[in-house]
Amino acid sequence: MASPHGAPPVFNNKVIAWIDHRLPIFSYIEKEYHTFPTPRNFNYFWNFGAIATVMLVLMIATGIVLATNYTPHVLMAFDSVERIDRDVPQGWLIRDLHMNGASFFFIAVYVHIFRGMYYGSYKAPRELLWILGVVIFLLMMATAFMGYVLPWGQMSFWGATVITNLFSAIPVVGQSVVDWLWGGFSVDNPTLNRFFALHYLLPFVIVGVVGLHVVALHVHGSNNPLGIDPKGPQDTVPFHPYYTMKDGFGVIAFMVVFAVFVFFLPDYMGHPDNYIPANPLVTPAHIVPEWYFLPFYAILRAVPDKLGGVLGMFGAIAVLFLLPWLDTSRVRSCTFRPIYKWFMLVLVADVVILGFCGANPPEGFWVPLSRVATLYYFFHFIILLPILGKIERPLPLPSSIADAVLKKKVG
Amino acid sequence: MRKLLVSGALALSVLAAGAVAIAAEKEVHPPHKHWHFQGPFGTYDRAAAQRGFQVYKEVCAACHSLRMLSYRNLVDLGLTEAQVKGIAAEAQIADLNDDGAPVDRPGKLSDPFKRPYANDAAAAAANGGKAPPDLSVIVKAREGGADYIHALLTGYVPFEKLTPAQIKEFEVTKDDNYNTYFPGHKIAMPAPLVDGKVTYVDGTKTTVEQMSSDVTEFLAWASEPHLEDRNRTGVRVILFLLVLAGMMYAVKRQVWADKH
Repeated sequence: MASPHGAPPVFNNKVIAWIDHRLPIFSYIEKEYHTFPTPRNFNYFWNFGAIATVMLVLMIATGIVLATNYTPHVLMAFDSVERIDRDVPQGWLIRDLHMNGASFFFIAVYVHIFRGMYYGSYKAPRELLWILGVVIFLLMMATAFMGYVLPWGQMSFWGATVITNLFSAIPVVGQSVVDWLWGGFSVDNPTLNRFFALHYLLPFVIVGVVGLHVVALHVHGSNNPLGIDPKGPQDTVPFHPYYTMKDGFGVIAFMVVFAVFVFFLPDYMGHPDNYIPANPLVTPAHIVPEWYFLPFYAILRAVPDKLGGVLGMFGAIAVLFLLPWLDTSRVRSCTFRPIYKWFMLVLVADVVILGFCGANPPEGFWVPLSRVATLYYFFHFIILLPILGKIERPLPLPSSIADAVLKKKVG
Repeated sequence: MRKLLVSGALALSVLAAGAVAIAAEKEVHPPHKHWHFQGPFGTYDRAAAQRGFQVYKEVCAACHSLRMLSYRNLVDLGLTEAQVKGIAAEAQIADLNDDGAPVDRPGKLSDPFKRPYANDAAAAAANGGKAPPDLSVIVKAREGGADYIHALLTGYVPFEKLTPAQIKEFEVTKDDNYNTYFPGHKIAMPAPLVDGKVTYVDGTKTTVEQMSSDVTEFLAWASEPHLEDRNRTGVRVILFLLVLAGMMYAVKRQVWADKH
């Protein structure tokens, strides 16, 4: 989209002009983060991309400091984490920020994903933007899983054992793949070493994919709550100062909630068993992953077959890649989809129920509930979405963003 | 259609909530006690924690290590450096002398707490096959935290006082230790505290309840010595962020004033 705000910038500072003539980073910043035309009607859901970016930077910054004080060895890992907590100056703060930061990174990303789904941000021409987002989500899951192993507590060890063992469900080569992942015949020192190496590597891969995500975003610009394209300058505002300031407020407000957990409830999101050093001879009563994996863990256990469960769990993410083509409706925003709007909220309830199923032992009432919820999850994506797009009659779309904004103000 | 879906979603969430409640009923929850270190302004009760250290030293330390702590940490508990040096010097620490020969020397401030057993295998062998857990992070490592530790220490029921139903359900024999709050109720550790087990220098009466509450205060401190620093920093950070959020909101309103 051509910038409605006109000509390339002129820099008065000679040094900046000299650099920009050879390496146009200042022009780039000016174009993409200052004059960049952005729909004027974002609601606060649109803050969560910026919030997730801030969390990513925070995780990398705290993670590097932790890595300088951590020892990836089965005999020393647990103690080195405690040493960070007790003896490294402000080490407790860095560690609390990092371990709660993981949870809050996922909170931000889950809200961001919900935003994308509710307002149809995955639809043409933003399919690749969405797919890159799902890639980031997958990379985050891998990074978080390996990070949780590093303190080498009971849940670290048994979580690693359960998840790596999933690959043994692959026919014929399964066990060989698992041994290869472990670097031995059980989760042990080589596993811890490689998980540490990968846990340090993957965040930088995430940074790379986030870069692509932003490039893809800036081709056609952001979607907006109405899901209609801006038609001219009256529909947009420059990114700075309008959205830099709004994102600034959103980030700080999010940080308030984050700080409450970091400083007053640092272990609330964790599991007490992870303060027991890993013991390969004692299995915890219930092995549960971190909360952000619980819905997927529930799907894994809902299928009464190991390979089926693994396929279900990975399939739950795989369907997200296909979402732009499963949704046949031409209207983006749920605001104008009177039926789908409610199914979208039911899907959220379904995922929350799956989360509870994952948190509880797979017995009694939870077994049928998790099966029904799992079936509903796939029903939503594979059956409901394609059909609903064909039969639903969307509400009339407003003629332009400015039109809708001004009408709302009058009304 | 709309109503149908909404009520469906509601019914599902009610069902889920009900199931959570049913699952929760099976466990025995430790009674909640108000701790001095609770809440955003919580601090450790130094007097209680010092008494608790005495209980640890004279009772628990016979079997339970506290390996993440060093003697120097006790200064944070309000003991003087001279007192802590004295406590450290009571322990004989295995070391090498200048010629590389193994010797036992008096403990120093920088030494970690001496462990009751040479290694985990020795600890297990002396305790019927299972090593008594290290207590460094025990308050964080148990569901219910300080409430659970306190309840466990005061939750022993002598065999004579058990109902026949309890004896039958949990297959308790005369040699077992029955504890109301331990998962499965049969616990390897015999009741460690009896009234008057230690003598406090400050004259506080040494009931089981008192000693248990004191040693829990001490163990909570041992699990998280930086809690007071964390709370103090947290109050300041959150106040700062709230002011900053207010200012950011004002700036945002100002910037957007001509667009609304």
